[in-house]
Amino acid sequence: MFKKDISPGAKSKVKSSAQRAIRSKVIEQYPKLEPYIDDILPKKEQLDLVKLPDRVSLYTLGATPLFFQHMDDPLLPHLTLVHKYPDSFQLLRIDRGAIRFVLSGATLMVPGLTSAGGRLPDDDADEEGRYGDEDLEAGEVVVVEAEGKDHACMVGVLKVGTKEMREKKKGIACEAGHYLGDGLWGLG
Amino acid sequence: MAEASSSSEFPKKVIYCGVCSLPPEYCEFGGTVKKCEEWLEQHHPDMHAKLYSQEAIEQNMSSLSLEAQKRAEKDAQKKAAKAASAEAKAQEQRATSKILIKRIERNKRKYVTAVQGLEAFGLDIKKVAKDFGKKFATGSSVTKVPGGGEEITVQGDLSDDIFDFLLDNYKDVPEDNVELIEDKKKKAAG
Ligand SMILES: [Zn+2]
Repeated sequence: MFKKDISPGAKSKVKSSAQRAIRSKVIEQYPKLEPYIDDILPKKEQLDLVKLPDRVSLYTLGATPLFFQHMDDPLLPHLTLVHKYPDSFQLLRIDRGAIRFVLSGATLMVPGLTSAGGRLPDDDADEEGRYGDEDLEAGEVVVVEAEGKDHACMVGVLKVGTKEMREKKKGIACEAGHYLGDGLWGLG
Repeated sequence: MAEASSSSEFPKKVIYCGVCSLPPEYCEFGGTVKKCEEWLEQHHPDMHAKLYSQEAIEQNMSSLSLEAQKRAEKDAQKKAAKAASAEAKAQEQRATSKILIKRIERNKRKYVTAVQGLEAFGLDIKKVAKDFGKKFATGSSVTKVPGGGEEITVQGDLSDDIFDFLLDNYKDVPEDNVELIEDKKKKAAG
């Protein structure tokens, strides 16, 4: 989605009514962010909207990017926000071999998640239950961690459900993501 | 899981690499590993010791097949070369780019001052235009230039003042790269 460098477009203030709507949308989409919502989106501070290419809107607080959105699709968190609140998102994990592909902007493929180093929900190797125990449907927003790394490297929307991934073990897992080092990262 | 969200734990403080901007554990995938490592050693020695220990490197390698290791190595070399050439290019661009401050005669004794070429020095043109407006208490606007890029037009003859202001306030602008020129209206015969 942001493979090229981005030159941000016009920046405008978000009206307080719209700001409230975004706040409740964030809570609705990411209920586990609710305890921190006043830190993330302080009620009294001005939220800005920055227009990005291809009909993407980026919401920022001062110089801090928070969420971005393609048209009316779900709000996706900027990776710097993910790094601050990693446990508040639905997580998956790719194996080490897939990292360099993801960081070069390639589409995330299923084998990167289903191999020994990868993690899906309800994974036997996931003893702490970090990746949840319920399967995810296509269209859900996921944060992708990486084997051997502490910080997530990608945010994206699932192309197929995790149950199907486990059965087929191939194909596209996640498209149009935001990854470490991409154009959107460069704005952070 | 439930009590994991005690309020003092978040937001997590994250260290980002001063060279490539990623979390340092991801520096190995970029083209600037050498520089990244030096930076980390200087700024966060404890983290450096952990990430760049022999043990860590071996562990990273062992989780990849031999073939994948070779590919990764080749990939890393390519990336390094790319990063190096991009940097050289940016440097060259900086060295050869010029900011033009043009005095333009609009009417007799009425002038505007146009400033071009700021973008090559990583300046935010809109912001600079605002700064000009504030500093000189005058109209300052951004317009597109036919050949691509944007210029700032300031009301009044402010060439010298803008020259000084640029050099004093924007540290990335070297004096040699700023040029003052005059754009005279064609003189009416006689
Ligand atoms: Zn680095």
